[in-house]
Amino acid sequence: MAILEVENLSVSFNQYKMFRSVKSKVISSLSIAVDEGEIVAVVGASGSGKSLLAQAILGILPPNATIDGIMLFRGETLTLARQKALRGREIAIIPQSVNSLDPLMRAGSHVRTSVTAGNASDLQKEVFKRYHLEEKVEKLYPFQLSGGMARRVLLASAMVSGAKVIIADEPTPGLDEQYVAEALQHLREFADNGCGVLLITHDIGAALKIADKIAVFYAGTTVEIASIENFRGDGEDLRHPFSKALWRALPENGFEPIPGSQPQPDKLPSGCLFAARCKKAAAACSAAFPEMRELRNGRVRCIHAT
Amino acid sequence: MQLEAKKLSYRYGCYPWLFREVDFTLSPGEVVGLLGPSGSGKTTLCRILAGYVKPAEGRVLLGGKPITRKGYQPVQLVFQHPEKALNPRWRMRKVLKEAEVEDSILEALGIQSEWLSHFPGELSGGELQRFCVARALGKGTRFLIADEMTTMLDAITQAQIWNAVLNAQKQREMGIVVVSHEEKLVARLCDRVMRLSR
Repeated sequence: MAILEVENLSVSFNQYKMFRSVKSKVISSLSIAVDEGEIVAVVGASGSGKSLLAQAILGILPPNATIDGIMLFRGETLTLARQKALRGREIAIIPQSVNSLDPLMRAGSHVRTSVTAGNASDLQKEVFKRYHLEEKVEKLYPFQLSGGMARRVLLASAMVSGAKVIIADEPTPGLDEQYVAEALQHLREFADNGCGVLLITHDIGAALKIADKIAVFYAGTTVEIASIENFRGDGEDLRHPFSKALWRALPENGFEPIPGSQPQPDKLPSGCLFAARCKKAAAACSAAFPEMRELRNGRVRCIHAT
Repeated sequence: MQLEAKKLSYRYGCYPWLFREVDFTLSPGEVVGLLGPSGSGKTTLCRILAGYVKPAEGRVLLGGKPITRKGYQPVQLVFQHPEKALNPRWRMRKVLKEAEVEDSILEALGIQSEWLSHFPGELSGGELQRFCVARALGKGTRFLIADEMTTMLDAITQAQIWNAVLNAQKQREMGIVVVSHEEKLVARLCDRVMRLSR
């Protein structure tokens, strides 16, 4: 059963440029679902709305954002009040920036305040050991932590919260390889206990190691949802041209770029968002925004995909 | 003209030595990877090579002479976070004016002309990093030091930027230092690899 579901989510920001209100659509018709015991990785171009999805689920978008669509947690609609009650308890986030730590709070108490059930002090000591944080780190303030330590404090806080869903927003940059492997392994164990993980990352290699499914984002929408077995060889099993291009651009598979860049959110084309950079683009692609459709046990948003 | 570092040592204040007596030579046309765990002094070494920081011991020579602080610097450094490396109050056009950048470089990096009138806050990380790379590839650049230059970017943007840089490198016989955590990227780009340890 899906523990977290997002259907047709759209998010736009109202901004003022030269005294005129401009609407920029940062997420359009996005759908994604995380089942119990599953890790869904979200990969895609930088600026494709990956972190905004996390903020939308938690209800922490800035006030000038307009949200449209359905979000469900265990089948229940996520309203603002519901989000407020659930975040930090049922849904936890591992934030992208290490600046998210309270600068006036010691590392130990940061983790202890995240505990919702059980003895906070014991749990914190236990999780510190698990993340190789020495006892003296408890007493340190964020500015005294190295980047890697701060990252592990963030991971530890999410792990002790007792949440059923963890949204991990780029949890590993700045960590040494051994710690990355461990952090990913912990997320896997967390999911294996019947919880759900939404892993936002631009490291496809990391996603392939632990995820069950990968959702590929482009310009604020899901262009493809594929199982990890599809990411192999020359990308011939992938469905969307953008996913193929992303796979082939990796240093280990060809390192071939495609020209152009992602459209700006205030100048989105009316049809397929990838059409301007797609070799297969035809007149029909620009006519209408393609719907997500089922294809070979995955989903794709492209009218030509086979 | 070679970029040479002779017996470099560095420490912050009275903390333990970060590295001692490091020797390093970069020849024109050479791409060298610099690997090491976090905290091993990769970034500090880059900053010393580019002349931002004076080493505690040892010296950096460019073509046998110490680096002068006047005029265009032939050794250019590109940082990991472009949003921290740009003046937030300068439009992108002004950023590029700092260096003499050829139009062919802008084109190869996929910089679009409408971005030029924007401020840094209005562009994404990938777009900003293209400007930082373009700015570092001015006519006078002989050596480029790329400190986690594409770590924050997606694979396609990473490949776009590196292809443009490698083309310029071949044309002008530039030497490049690549700092990265990603072994696969380093294996793809570099002729040889140097490792720092903690």
